[in-house]
Amino acid sequence: MTDLTLTVNGKRVTRDVPGETLLSELLRETLRLTGTHVGCDTSQCGACAVHMDGKVVKACTMLAHQAAGTEITTIEGLANGELHPMQKAFNDNHGLQCGFCTPGMIMAGVDMVQRYKAEGKTLDEAAIRHELEGNLCRCTGYHNIVKSIQQAATEM
Amino acid sequence: MYDFDFVTPASLAEAAAALEDPEAMALGGGQTLIPTLRARLAMPSKLVSLAGLAEIRGICEDDDGRLCIGGATTHGAIARDAAERFSGLAGLAQRIGDPAVRNRGTLGGSVANNDPAACYPAAILATGATVVTHRREIAAGDFFQGMFTTALDEGEIVTEVRFPVPRRSAYQKFEQPASRFALVGVFVAEMADGAVGVGVTGAAEEGGFRWEAAEAALAARFDPAALEGLSHPAEGLISDIHGDAAYRAHLIGVMTRRAVAAAA
Repeated sequence: MTDLTLTVNGKRVTRDVPGETLLSELLRETLRLTGTHVGCDTSQCGACAVHMDGKVVKACTMLAHQAAGTEITTIEGLANGELHPMQKAFNDNHGLQCGFCTPGMIMAGVDMVQRYKAEGKTLDEAAIRHELEGNLCRCTGYHNIVKSIQQAATEM
Repeated sequence: MYDFDFVTPASLAEAAAALEDPEAMALGGGQTLIPTLRARLAMPSKLVSLAGLAEIRGICEDDDGRLCIGGATTHGAIARDAAERFSGLAGLAQRIGDPAVRNRGTLGGSVANNDPAACYPAAILATGATVVTHRREIAAGDFFQGMFTTALDEGEIVTEVRFPVPRRSAYQKFEQPASRFALVGVFVAEMADGAVGVGVTGAAEEGGFRWEAAEAALAARFDPAALEGLSHPAEGLISDIHGDAAYRAHLIGVMTRRAVAAAA
């Protein structure tokens, strides 16, 4: 067991967790932040996507200790009094059906909008579809997810 | 997951010392190794994390104008920060995995793993890059030694890869659509002295290789038409459920022509 300190959704936390603990396990089982979903558990589906120091990562394919000293944002940390524009856009556009993939879709969506803005690139529909290749949805056929991200991109 | 110790060295020297333990294994971004551990395909009792080592991260140029990329540099950083100086390599990095994987996976980790369908070997072989470890420099042609096999000794850390920057270059990948790995990937580079390198990945059991007949044809004339009538033999290429050897051989020709056409 080793002490691990990191910031999760703006709150500094220290926990004594074994070296083999996955970041997804730390978030869900130790911190009880169950909005981060575990779908495939093999880094294919992206349901476990969270932000580490502002960049999207897959929490099932990271050890918790690799996140030492970093700032993690999960789906629970996105809303600030009111829904984040990406969450609102998924609501407005019916960007989900069963909702399982949604936390990961939203975290990936926020990352791509921020990254494209920072690099001065245009996030058009084709770019969104390409950027979503690490996030699987088995319900929607992606159309409303793409629409949601397009809307949020104009509002973020 | 099974039990293991996680070690965070503060320096390259500390990492090298920790890796002298025969039970220890280096961990880069973990995008291959962590799934491997979870499947129990490897079971080291100690993981030495290299991702946080600032001294082996980032991109710079050496006195010979080569682009030197630290082993702990992520694919995402290469896609962004090499775009101006070496667009062919940036384009290759931009198509590895997906955005989340590119934010974690590293050049050094990929090179040390030498997956036969990894993208970087094509660029490293085509440009005649040098793989640098904490002990020595290894030429591209000596480094890759077959599927998941390299010239690295136990505990040897890839600190940097030095790429001679081509006059123009491009990478074309025909993706296996589920894994995003290359069914066939081809990197074409026209070097400063006019020589042409053609690096192929994904196609052969032995991993990346150079297609020398295409290199000669393209050195004479750097144009897709120069490859007319030239085809790669199917012998030694992979046959699996995704494509047989003849199909992969055909794709080598197609991807090479596309890469030449795309080279900028």
